[in-house]
Amino acid sequence: MDWTFRADAPIYTQLCEHLTLAIVSGAFPPGARLPAVRELALDAGVNPNTVQRALSELERQGLVYSQRTAGRFVTEDAEHIARARERLAEERARVFLDAMARLGLDRIQTVALLEQLRGDVEA
Amino acid sequence: MSTILECRALKKRYITKEALGGVDLTLETGRIVGLLGPNGSGKTTLIKLACGLLTPTGGEILIDGRKPSPETNAVVSYLPERIALPLWMTAEQAMDFYGDFYADFRRDAAEDMIDRLKLEQTQTIRTMSKGMREKLQLILTMARAAKLYLLDEPIGGVDPATRDYILKTILTNYSEDATVLISTHLIADVEAVLDEAVFLREGSVMLHESVDAIRETRGKSVDELFREVFAY
Repeated sequence: MDWTFRADAPIYTQLCEHLTLAIVSGAFPPGARLPAVRELALDAGVNPNTVQRALSELERQGLVYSQRTAGRFVTEDAEHIARARERLAEERARVFLDAMARLGLDRIQTVALLEQLRGDVEA
Repeated sequence: MSTILECRALKKRYITKEALGGVDLTLETGRIVGLLGPNGSGKTTLIKLACGLLTPTGGEILIDGRKPSPETNAVVSYLPERIALPLWMTAEQAMDFYGDFYADFRRDAAEDMIDRLKLEQTQTIRTMSKGMREKLQLILTMARAAKLYLLDEPIGGVDPATRDYILKTILTNYSEDATVLISTHLIADVEAVLDEAVFLREGSVMLHESVDAIRETRGKSVDELFREVFAY
């Protein structure tokens, strides 16, 4: 997994994003056991307390659940994962639209650009 | 959670130069803390006071509630800025040395780490490269099951791959109820492994906050904040 962190946001929120992406994309499939806190911390090169905080946040959102002795697991609720995917997609789309607006493209031009790119991909 | 290190109005003066001018600082257990400041801000002085290599000229410093002494040093693992092992020793002899001195030295953990580095136990420190010496000294320091690790510039002067190795070694080896104090000015490299940052400026603490709180409230990294605060 690619663990890069931007300077302008807390590390734990960015960890949440990375982990959500891993769940949504199926790198951590529904029902799968997540690596232990220490393992994730080592892999990402971050503080174990930060990983703990990120996992608690995902638990609060219902994306993962913990079983007292067995560890943490990805939810099996497909709808929940689909909603997380929508949230993530919406966030990314907003960032994209922001960037296009800053480049001076209006809505119509932006949509036209997307259509054109889709044509290129299909061709 | 309890307090492992406490400084109250801690002062240190070297003849005419005041190195620490009244430091108040409390560190809890289970934390990785960055001791950050420009050269000459008092980082090394503070660490040396904590392991009893220097005595305060004012105020006090307490480790686990007690003044620095052989008893507190038994739970403090110190990585000096410069290698402090005799150069004629081999890696094996250095491990014997640590085993003799410290009851909490985990020989098996040290041997395991040395093997993985592909470092010959019979090689003398004199013939090791600078990076290898730093790794060996860090391995010995982290192989102790201490309550407080004091790491003075553990990543200064080594290449980025060695830096990663050193940070991962720290993360792998400290126990969850131990506290690690890392002094450095290479902030960007350590930022993600820190719980808290302490900024030292001209011998006093000007900031002590959690790394994520700094990012959350100021919208910038600790590295960026440091560059701003200490800009010339």
